Amino acid sequence: MEVLEFTYPAKRKIESRAHVGVVGSGNLEVLLESSTDAVSHVRVRTSVNGFHDTWKAVLDRFFARFDGAVNIEINDAGASPGIVMLRLQQAVEKVEQ
Amino acid sequence: MTNTDSQVNELVLPAAEPEFVRRHSFIELSARERAMTFFDSGTARELLGSFDRIESPWLPLQDVTPQADDGCVVIRGKIGAENAVVVALEGAFQGGSVGEVSGMKCAAALDLATRDNERGVKTNAILLLETGGVRLQEANLGLAVTAEVMASIMNLRKHVPVVCVIAGTVGCFGGMSLAVGLASYIVMTREARLGMNGPEVIEQEAGVDEFDSKDKALIWAINGGDQRYQTGLVDFLVEDAVEKIVDATRACLKMGVPREHRSAKVGLFRKRVEALNPSAVWDNPSKLRESWTKEAQP
Repeated sequence: MEVLEFTYPAKRKIESRAHVGVVGSGNLEVLLESSTDAVSHVRVRTSVNGFHDTWKAVLDRFFARFDGAVNIEINDAGASPGIVMLRLQQAVEKVEQ
Repeated sequence: MTNTDSQVNELVLPAAEPEFVRRHSFIELSARERAMTFFDSGTARELLGSFDRIESPWLPLQDVTPQADDGCVVIRGKIGAENAVVVALEGAFQGGSVGEVSGMKCAAALDLATRDNERGVKTNAILLLETGGVRLQEANLGLAVTAEVMASIMNLRKHVPVVCVIAGTVGCFGGMSLAVGLASYIVMTREARLGMNGPEVIEQEAGVDEFDSKDKALIWAINGGDQRYQTGLVDFLVEDAVEKIVDATRACLKMGVPREHRSAKVGLFRKRVEALNPSAVWDNPSKLRESWTKEAQP
């Protein structure tokens, strides 16, 4: 298991929180809640080691579109980048409803 | 010719859609979604949810990613206007295995219900079990907490029926299958399996001649919901549909505490085991059904 941490600049407050997904094979869970400072923090715990650059690429792309200040906690059981992006978008959809 | 509304509808919704396509599958739901289906609308609230982050302290130490709810979902609310607690194990996380935290959440939820009942507030309990049993990474703690769950079921079933639902597709194995044996009522689907040792474990311990874990027909003929129902070890066999599972479970709650729990029928089961010939070849599961149902009807 590897623990990865990332931060991204943010522009607006997010009031609600969302939980999506399950830590099952090829899947992940995302816990998304509001951040207390004006920065987004991401903490990833993944069962597959050595994919820091891939995680960074997925998160860079996600935060290129999303500007809310959030704390995101990801528990990953080997999800592919596409599944990771879908879960992140699903969490955002929930908090922006 | 222009498209009318009816033509468009016909394209989107073909009239001959088969029943199984329209069916709302229970098996395909996550543990949390499964648990939510039982409650009267607007009454459900989760205890120790994902954001409480009561997760396994043991998994990260062994390089295994934990889950924020440790794979155990506890929801309180009203079912048929009565208080109820539903505990659901998430089969997709570590095979629904019971760890120190997930098992204790289950036991504590049942104990809370017992306390409510003792104070005169009737609270029903439903367990949705998809589990391979004790989590190997938490070994003795998992075993200890399975005993706690069993003790909690014993305490609670004096007051209200404890209903276990095994929908599939993981099924219910190991220590939790013993806990299921203590339940007041058991609801299964044809897809689900119930047994002490899983097929792979039996093959590993006793050899492929004893049990071929690749033979799915054999496994379901022994552990499958249909066989468990036909041999009287399960009370309801239902299709994989949310409405049917919820209806069967609510029917169990209405039936109240059984006069004699299945696990108290020691004489009956002792006689059954004594009558079995372990050297006989059981080439057909219906033989066991016949011999057990014959003797069950006095």
